[in-house]
Amino acid sequence: MKLTDRSKVLEQDELTLAERLYIPAVASGMLTTLKHFFKKPITIRYPEQKRYLGPVFRGQHILKRDEEGAERCTACGLCAVACPAEAISMVADERMKGEEKLYREEKYAKVYEINMLRCIFCGLCEEACPKQAIYLQHDKMAPPFLGRDEVIFGKDKLVEKMDDRYLREGWK
Amino acid sequence: MKVTIDNITIDVEPGTTIMQAARQIGPHIAPPAMCYYEPLKGSGGKCRGCLVKVTAGSEKDPRPMPKLIPSCMTQVQEGMIVENTINEQVLEARKGIVEFLLLNHPLDCPVCDQAGECHLQDFAFEHGVATTRTVEERNTFEAVDLGENIKLNMNRCILCYRCVYTADQITDGRVHGVMNRGDHAEISTYIEKAIDNDFSGNIIDVCPVGALTDRTYRFKNRVWFTKPVDAHCDCGKCSGQVQLWYRGEEVVRVTARKNEWGEVLSFICNTCRFERKKTSDWVIEGPSKVAHNSVIAANKYGANTIKPAFGALQAAQQYKKIDDNRDRSFLGPAQPPVKQLN
Repeated sequence: MKLTDRSKVLEQDELTLAERLYIPAVASGMLTTLKHFFKKPITIRYPEQKRYLGPVFRGQHILKRDEEGAERCTACGLCAVACPAEAISMVADERMKGEEKLYREEKYAKVYEINMLRCIFCGLCEEACPKQAIYLQHDKMAPPFLGRDEVIFGKDKLVEKMDDRYLREGWK
Repeated sequence: MKVTIDNITIDVEPGTTIMQAARQIGPHIAPPAMCYYEPLKGSGGKCRGCLVKVTAGSEKDPRPMPKLIPSCMTQVQEGMIVENTINEQVLEARKGIVEFLLLNHPLDCPVCDQAGECHLQDFAFEHGVATTRTVEERNTFEAVDLGENIKLNMNRCILCYRCVYTADQITDGRVHGVMNRGDHAEISTYIEKAIDNDFSGNIIDVCPVGALTDRTYRFKNRVWFTKPVDAHCDCGKCSGQVQLWYRGEEVVRVTARKNEWGEVLSFICNTCRFERKKTSDWVIEGPSKVAHNSVIAANKYGANTIKPAFGALQAAQQYKKIDDNRDRSFLGPAQPPVKQLN
């Protein structure tokens, strides 16, 4: 049954003798394979080797410290309200006297948790942050986790280490 | 008395102010108010946020008023024509007002407990410009504890005098609440004395910014993570009509109920506000109504879209009905009549 007038009837000619032997076709195929022995491979040996992910890649979150090493986050909650996956939660606390070196503002995040199973790495938390505190690192992917008890990342995993600071192009 | 505000004519009682008349029409017409507070006698006329243009003074004297008029202090006259949202001059003036109010206001909204229900935030968002032009240093004050439960952060104060009028209303024999003048003005002593009163907590509710905040709620949570619930109790001192703010199972804050203009419906006592923080203390009436464009309604699945009212308003004005009278006869003989969509 013909459904439309636009269908074309495929006409196939009889194969010639050279085509029926298949050897030229096999040889040309093998030649293509042989060429690739001398080419630079396009794959890499992940995880030993890693590719440059680009300046806009969104990977593992980090809670930045400022130049003096004080935490920038003030637990304003804008990242959590911007988060479409509702992955972020926090508990704020008031900075005491003597803690000025630890926290930049009079309020800080006592608990800051990101549920990495919920996080979709959209980067809206980074965009919402008024204090330039949270960033999604462009050069580091979130580590794999094996159990459900490991998926909630607290401040111990998120806060920047002063000896291993996160920098981006264009920052000092 | 007939008065026309933004081309909408309304009949009001003699003695009504332009602000009250505009509020009777609706929130999209009402001018913003930072200092005017209907339950407080004598409030208004300080912030200039509600300036409107009067294009015709009255029926008898239809000349336009030469300057912009504070609508909260001006009574309507027969045949008055007022322009609020449709007048360029008014909108331009409001940008300037926002700039003035923010001259000494610190940008510490991420720290401030009022963020999310702050009238200055709303005002700046709706009428201000996004950038600042000032490079000068801002006035700074140390935060002061007004007794056990109230924190005064003078940095954030916009000198609306609402708390002063509240203290006037709840206590006798007080005359001054603001010390010094002009740039150096500061809410002082007199408020600190008023905190002994049973109803002193209400100055937290009337404050349009975060200058007066609840110490029992200090840094506990952000407004948009808490859920407001109407509740009441049998209180000998006040009406007991309150709003409880829940975070999970915990009552993090108790405030008075407010109307759509952010004005307290009935003042509540300090016992209700600061001490009754258990669900068992209250009879729950049900969840409070929250405007859909409020940030308090955000971050809860199902209703997490925040759209400024202006866009929807403009879309409704520019809406054109599509003329769809195309030939449908080819679809078959038995077609139901096409329903007219409104």
